[in-house]
Amino acid sequence: MAAHIDINESILKKNGQLAEELRQRFAENHVYVLDLLASPGSGKTSTILATIDALRDEFNIAVIEGDIASNVDAEKIKAQGTAAVQINTGGACHLEGAMIKRAVDVLDLERLDLVIIENVGNLVCPTDFDLGENAKVMILSVPGVFQVAQAIVLNKVDTMPVFDFDEEAFYASVKRLNPGAPVFPVSATKGEGVEAWAQWLADQVRSVQEM
Amino acid sequence: MHELGIMTSVMDSVQPVARESGAERLLKVTLRIGEMTEAIEDALQFAFDVLKEGDPFLADAVLEVRMVRSKSVCLDCGATFEHDRFHMFCPECDSFALQLLAGREMEVESIEVDLPEE
Repeated sequence: MAAHIDINESILKKNGQLAEELRQRFAENHVYVLDLLASPGSGKTSTILATIDALRDEFNIAVIEGDIASNVDAEKIKAQGTAAVQINTGGACHLEGAMIKRAVDVLDLERLDLVIIENVGNLVCPTDFDLGENAKVMILSVPGVFQVAQAIVLNKVDTMPVFDFDEEAFYASVKRLNPGAPVFPVSATKGEGVEAWAQWLADQVRSVQEM
Repeated sequence: MHELGIMTSVMDSVQPVARESGAERLLKVTLRIGEMTEAIEDALQFAFDVLKEGDPFLADAVLEVRMVRSKSVCLDCGATFEHDRFHMFCPECDSFALQLLAGREMEVESIEVDLPEE
């Protein structure tokens, strides 16, 4: 005899619950959390290094490095004197709440103002996973993720004259997909534009501190 | 994206419910997936087939994926309308300032099980 059972439950319920717990923990400690998304080679780590340089005088910053394997990025951050926790996903294409929880457990949240999560270099899978962050910010690429980002960093603008990047078309498309998100043209390695981006981020961190 | 992982979560959540109901077999799983998510129907189906292999409790189950059409409200003129993944603008006033009302769902809606005759 066939019987119907209603379930009506989110498939990512467990991740959603974990993300909510994390979000609460961050809020209690007045820590602002940024989930940085981008494709491989877009300059996530360089952007983080430049951002830390611009903001380290005002804020205590830590970095959670998501990578499929290796700890080269965490080592670069640590070399700059900033706390970094490496997560190796072991082949998984995105970070999930449970991984962030393990990383956060080794951080001293009470002392921190800003945590930057460097997600795995992938623009598809991380779109659907809430990590308890205050904002997802992305460094240039494909449509789906543009719609969930709160801000967009257009990196490597110093190389623009060499490639035929259509800046006008880029801005027009972003405006269609996500009219509310500010776009920051940056060259993380040359320092151009970093100040405006860092200023935006600093305002976000301060707003969490005042809560 | 990672449909095998998604389907593993689905199986983890529906199997205990099905078994606790006293069922002899799982017959059907119905999912609600929003068009704006990165989950792909064919890949979900493939993952479902892989996961049920070799388990007589699951072997005959079928998967129904109900895709939820994306729907938004225009923040400028208040119109609500359906749209696809990549054409998100208000058909009334051409505004791109929208808020998504539906399309990011990823839910298990229901299951059907085979209960033993009383």
